[in-house]
Amino acid sequence: MIVAGCDVGSLTSKAVVWRDGSIVGQAVTKSRAKPWESAEAVMQTALAAAGLGMGDVEYCVGTGYGREKIPFVQEAVSEIACHGRGARWLVPSVRTVIDIGGQDCKAMRLDNGGNVEKFVANDKCASGTGRFLEVMAKVLGVELAALGELSVRARHPVTLANACTVWAQADVIKYLSDGVPVEDIAAGINNAMAARMATLVNHIGVEPDICMTGGVAKNSGVLSSIEKLLAVRLKRIRRADPQIVGAIGAALIAAERAGAGRS
Amino acid sequence: MIVAGCDVGSLTAKAVIMQDGTIIGTGVTRSGAVAEQSANAAMAQALTQAGLALSAIEYCVGTGYGRKKIAFGDAVESEIACHAKGAVWQAPAVRMLVDIGGQDAKAIKFDSNGNVLRYSYNDKCASGTGRFLEVIADALEIDVEALGPLSRQSTEHLTLSNQCVVFAETEILSLVSEGKEVADIVKALHYAVARRAAAMARSLGVEGEVAMTGGVALNAGMFDALGAALGTVLTRVPHPQLNGALGAALFAVDAVGAGAPGAASAART
Repeated sequence: MIVAGCDVGSLTSKAVVWRDGSIVGQAVTKSRAKPWESAEAVMQTALAAAGLGMGDVEYCVGTGYGREKIPFVQEAVSEIACHGRGARWLVPSVRTVIDIGGQDCKAMRLDNGGNVEKFVANDKCASGTGRFLEVMAKVLGVELAALGELSVRARHPVTLANACTVWAQADVIKYLSDGVPVEDIAAGINNAMAARMATLVNHIGVEPDICMTGGVAKNSGVLSSIEKLLAVRLKRIRRADPQIVGAIGAALIAAERAGAGRS
Repeated sequence: MIVAGCDVGSLTAKAVIMQDGTIIGTGVTRSGAVAEQSANAAMAQALTQAGLALSAIEYCVGTGYGRKKIAFGDAVESEIACHAKGAVWQAPAVRMLVDIGGQDAKAIKFDSNGNVLRYSYNDKCASGTGRFLEVIADALEIDVEALGPLSRQSTEHLTLSNQCVVFAETEILSLVSEGKEVADIVKALHYAVARRAAAMARSLGVEGEVAMTGGVALNAGMFDALGAALGTVLTRVPHPQLNGALGAALFAVDAVGAGAPGAASAART
């Protein structure tokens, strides 16, 4: 049985091809202006990796920001449900999931059965979302993916006075012009990001185990900073790329729907 | 009696010189990195206009973000108190003001003597401040001063769905690529800024005559948008941008009237 999950986000699109309980193909691509084009491109890449064609997929679930506009899916499911599902499969003991998207930030609490019990999201303000890091990396002149490693080497992390992306950007420019090492600024950026996320997570209350999903989960600086702020250790997702957790959840739901709910 | 008020804001520094209840000199300069120099420049402008030397100023009150850095100041007063005092002097019937500054916004309610009753303040979020206008003007490659006149040429009503400056910038750039008219986009921008500032004002309860002050009030499009967002006709004051400095000068009048020592002015002469 071959099924698939496709997660079309604001910044990146993710696809997972699933065969008999395991991932046989996966892809992450930059989202295009039109969600259906993003979905088509990412799914073709994942299928190619699996050596399969669209005709082989029995059931496909779409999720993410652009989920209603994916032509080839049988069903569209909310990101919350998919992320909860995917995180649960990767880390069975998980009760709190923090998902950072390109333009939003979500935290959800799962009950014993893996159902979403409580949920909080911010998609109104860029602070605490992937966009914050993207803007800051651009100002620093470094790759988004480099922020994590850079911050690990910081000796005296700076403090950003304000959570607002616009004001923080001005702070970063000032630190740069004062000749502050880029590592120290990167650490300040990651700390500010984590602080904003922690505020959101505290709204629903932290219950261990906790894990983080989305591309930002690959930033070790943000991870260790949020661990300090919440005074808990985060479970690392090691069995898969944290960025494809939503697509994995979608594939799991697809497998269930197709009548082979093995996990 | 000649006194002065100096308001050093994040974006501009303002100075007002008063003689016997009349404004005789004003200055507005762009704030530089050093607050002290910004204050000096604004005051020099006001002194030139009044045809006076600094030694002629009996007493000077400083206010604003850089108020503690004013070399020639005799005392400092909070911006909130100065704005309330300035607004009542400019328009006696006004009981509330919304001040949109370069990096903050405030709403203040006060009594007929300009005593502050309640206020709310935002410097945490760039939305609803002058910075929102600057960021978007930059992205559209037009001067901030051109926004007001441009918005008045608008023919189609657009609404921005994002309130965050960062998200709104992306939204605006996609409106441009969709071929929307810049005038319509700028009007929508004014309404978005006004929406955020008005929400803050409404938290105090909008009552009586409301004035708009701050440099942003010079933008006619913003003035209209804020009135619409508050559902009221705003009162026009003669010197919206100088309101804080004017209030500071009025505090200087009070101080001299109460016999405050003119030690600083003695030191200057």
